[in-house]
Amino acid sequence: MRSYLRQQRICYLLQLRVLSTSLFDGLLAVFFPLMFATAALLVYRIKDDPDGMQYAGLGAAIMGMWTCQGVIASSLLTRERWAGTLELLVAAPIPLSRVLVPITMALSTIGLYCVVATIVWERLVFDIRLEIASWPLFVLSVLMSALTLALFGFFLSVTAVRYRTSWSLGAALEYPGWLLCGFLVPVDLLPDWLHPLSWSIPTTWAMAAVRDAANGVSPWGNLGLCVAVGLVYAVVAAYLGRRLVESARRHATLALT
Amino acid sequence: MTSLRIFFIGGLMSYRAMFGWLNPWILVPSLIVSPICQILLFAYIGRSAGVGNDEFYVIGNALNYAAIPCLFAMGATIGGEREGHTLGIVLVTPARRIPLFLGRALPVIANGWGVAMVGVLAGVLLLDVHVPSGSWPAILLVVVVTSASCTGLGLAMGAVALRVRESAVLGNVLFCVLLVFCGVNVALDDLPGWMATVGSWLPLTHGIAAARLLADDSSLGDVTGLVTREIGVGAIYTVLGLALLRFFEGESRRRASLDRT
Repeated sequence: MRSYLRQQRICYLLQLRVLSTSLFDGLLAVFFPLMFATAALLVYRIKDDPDGMQYAGLGAAIMGMWTCQGVIASSLLTRERWAGTLELLVAAPIPLSRVLVPITMALSTIGLYCVVATIVWERLVFDIRLEIASWPLFVLSVLMSALTLALFGFFLSVTAVRYRTSWSLGAALEYPGWLLCGFLVPVDLLPDWLHPLSWSIPTTWAMAAVRDAANGVSPWGNLGLCVAVGLVYAVVAAYLGRRLVESARRHATLALT
Repeated sequence: MTSLRIFFIGGLMSYRAMFGWLNPWILVPSLIVSPICQILLFAYIGRSAGVGNDEFYVIGNALNYAAIPCLFAMGATIGGEREGHTLGIVLVTPARRIPLFLGRALPVIANGWGVAMVGVLAGVLLLDVHVPSGSWPAILLVVVVTSASCTGLGLAMGAVALRVRESAVLGNVLFCVLLVFCGVNVALDDLPGWMATVGSWLPLTHGIAAARLLADDSSLGDVTGLVTREIGVGAIYTVLGLALLRFFEGESRRRASLDRT
């Protein structure tokens, strides 16, 4: 147990340091959603409706977490492949999932930077004072959002392992995620056939929990669903990860060259 | 004659080389799925906020996305040569720089035009936006002008890529600047004054305004002023880009920094 925790901690800290010093993965992962949040807030600001600004302000704060996870996690294994370290990771005497989860947790930590940066930006630039009824529940909801997004990122990273240009797939997931998770547009406003897709993403429930906590409503129901959906992705990803690695070893396709 | 050959044949070779890496697995998610999703995102934000109509967001975001190929492909013109270790060879050739780099810009303009039109058509089909049939030829023309103008900015960015290694980051930053300042989702009149002023000196702004007027049944004659301004802004960035290329090329020779990674 002790060695397991040590491996998780070292892998997490190492990856967090790598991501934090990368202009693309660190700075841009915060800047890009921040600018889209700005564009969205400028749209909402036209009506000068405080409720609308509160709604958009909360969503804009959380949407950056999706960028940090969805875009980068999809290409995690491709990046290791480019760096020539994928074979080393697969050959390591621990399951691949024990390497991937700390990396996606580090990505979620960058996402938390993004939440803080956006809240400060909203306060300074748009003079939005987010009204939060329960700060402890709000913080808990944000942290659960980060945790379940890390599990979802784990799922994305293993499913895209055979996609040679998975970075473009990850980039293409950015806008659909912003739309489907209810950050800036209520899920109810989307066409009915898209609702199940929204509900299948843990962040949709996390966003609902964040709004509940801000509005003084109990977020526990949405948090429970968020954790349940996140765990389903973790279990499926762990299974798929093992199968894909076995398949890649058997067919000598890990390098995809 | 040599300059014309460099312009057309060099441009064609550059375009073909781009498809060495811009294969369907990259092209479809990056240049078809993403612009359509950006249009849908802001159209729904507009509906949720009760601001504007779908046509406003379709035109604005489709033209905004033309900036992606225009900025990134011009950045890749420099970055790709560096990665292929051919940048030094390109720069020691006696070829004149203006046809060399403007020839490479030509296919980029075509690419940007294609991406913007995919966005406009998808918006029309998915969101049931009505554009008068008589307006389409003028819209096609305005989109060409806007893509050319954005490519001018891309040329300037490509020149900076001679010195700044993170051209992908730079391209994303510029794309975001265009998104926020150019009246893509908020009309210039509704932006703070200083932002509208900055926007009027950026490519896209006047092209988007012209395309919106055309979609509202205005004639090409009504938007001549806007189109002229868009051409002017694009020309300024093109000249700036060529000047920066000359400056940074000289600097890289003096400081031996051309292939520094």
